[in-house]
Amino acid sequence: MQKTQHFKPVQFIIEVGILVVIFTLVQYLISAGLLNQYYQINLASICINIILAVSLNLINGFTGQLSLGHAGFMAVGAYASVIMTTYMELPFIVGIIAACLAAALAGFIIGVPTLRLRGDYLAIATLGFGEIIRVVLQNIDYVNGPAGIMGISKLSTWPWLFGSVVITILVIVNLVNSSYGRAIISVREDEVAAELMGVNTTKYKVLAFVVGAMFAGLAGALYAHYFYIIKPETFNFMKSFDILVMVVLGGLGSTTGAIIAAIFITVLTAALQSFPAIRMILYAVILVTVMIYRPQGLMGNRELGRRTFGRLWGDKK
Amino acid sequence: MQEFLQQMVNGLSLGAIYALIALGYTMVYGIIMLINFAHGDILMVGAYIGFFSVVVLGTNIFVAMAIAMIACAVLGVVIEKVAYRPLRNSTRIAALITAIGVSFFLEYTTIFFLTPNQRVYPAEAFPVTNYDVMGITLSSKDIFVFISAVVLMVILQYIIKRTKTGKAMRAVSLDKEAAMLMGISVDKTISITFAIGSALAAAAGVMIGVYYNSINPLMGIIPGLKAFVAAVLGGIGIIPGAMVGGFLMGILETLVSGYGSSLYRDAVAFGVLIIILLIKPTGLFGKNTGEKV
Repeated sequence: MQKTQHFKPVQFIIEVGILVVIFTLVQYLISAGLLNQYYQINLASICINIILAVSLNLINGFTGQLSLGHAGFMAVGAYASVIMTTYMELPFIVGIIAACLAAALAGFIIGVPTLRLRGDYLAIATLGFGEIIRVVLQNIDYVNGPAGIMGISKLSTWPWLFGSVVITILVIVNLVNSSYGRAIISVREDEVAAELMGVNTTKYKVLAFVVGAMFAGLAGALYAHYFYIIKPETFNFMKSFDILVMVVLGGLGSTTGAIIAAIFITVLTAALQSFPAIRMILYAVILVTVMIYRPQGLMGNRELGRRTFGRLWGDKK
Repeated sequence: MQEFLQQMVNGLSLGAIYALIALGYTMVYGIIMLINFAHGDILMVGAYIGFFSVVVLGTNIFVAMAIAMIACAVLGVVIEKVAYRPLRNSTRIAALITAIGVSFFLEYTTIFFLTPNQRVYPAEAFPVTNYDVMGITLSSKDIFVFISAVVLMVILQYIIKRTKTGKAMRAVSLDKEAAMLMGISVDKTISITFAIGSALAAAAGVMIGVYYNSINPLMGIIPGLKAFVAAVLGGIGIIPGAMVGGFLMGILETLVSGYGSSLYRDAVAFGVLIIILLIKPTGLFGKNTGEKV
């Protein structure tokens, strides 16, 4: 697919530069009060949805294992972080680390038995586990059951959100482009053939699942500390479907596709906020139309990146 | 003991409803390998059509059920033609997403036109009388639900086992290409499968309306999900499996909410499903087909 990329200092500096410019610009707009509450909330939603879509894309797109329980891992992360920050009054970074660890552990516990299943059965089993996580949270009095936790302090600021998005994308892109990533993709392409070539398919499936779950937990922590309140009901299977829709719309196995689709869906949701029924009808029509006319998603499995932009500034390769 | 028998009566009525819905899931999966997520919403549409034919046209409940079944059969065929047929040769996940899209479309179109509010099924449509049989309360609702469900299942069995259409359906689900070569119209057979499955869902929708008295545009999601679990429990694609799975699911659910916590009801349903999948992934009645390389 891709040729070995040599480290190019100029390109690296340009890329880091672009990130720094985006970060400073938004930070300036927020602190100067030029970005009102509405845009800030949408910006936070975009960041959280990018993390969710990119991490689910690792499981569904690159590993080819259809998971419908992503909202469950998000719930685990959200609750773990809130217990750390609100109940134990520890700093936010502890909450985030706890969220990642708890969600990764949940991913491991769920992944080891269910990843033996294939295709549709895996989808159902993960859907079931996602729902079980929600029902169990509803029945734990320590976290207020169905009423949820309120009064969480707003700690997810722009630097946290931006930093989390960058780290998520960096980790997942590098994982996919490493030798581990080759093994993961080989599982998607042909599981039996991969096994015959000596790839420990279970190991790589569980690895992808755990990493995906971990970042879902991160997104959950950011979500909880941005929207003040978490309820088990927020993390039901409709939420998992939302994330799945982003991944599929963007194209299974395309990280840039997942990012674009996450932004697009979030903006669409925000634009049609005041017409909830029409929003969902339109959403449904878009979904069906895209699937019928472009079932591989907007991007297929291509990436927008160095190669595309390299061509733009006349890089011959 | 008496309480246990009472729970069993409730479980059997609930199970009959689940079994009817599960049949639709399993038939569609058996023939085109698609988890039809919109199935629960067809049930909801059926419940609304039944409601309006009772309230507006003043029909009795059996006529209302027949109207709902015919209307939903047409709806099912249209959905298949518009949304699923163009995707028949694409990936499974694309078809799954489309099904989710159709499900959203049905739910929110209903909300748009009929408001998200609950509607109460008119009491005069079905007068409730309670019979006392050896200390167990048998409501006419239970009898209505159970008997109509069993009658519909018998008719379904007859269609599948004894008619030419049924033979064609079995042939297509076994091997699509071979069936085509034998002169069976695959498209027509798939349409008929959707029509039958959707009609059964509509009947279940009217039954839920009668049983629980109220309907709303999102009522199909949870019964749909549970019936789907029931279909997997019995072995998806296998018709007797869906019936057994549905009844098991109904009985299990009433027992858990009767003796344990009703809050854990949904978790238990999924928990049992996962245990079944891990021990015997093809379901109770499933045959283990080896993977071809």
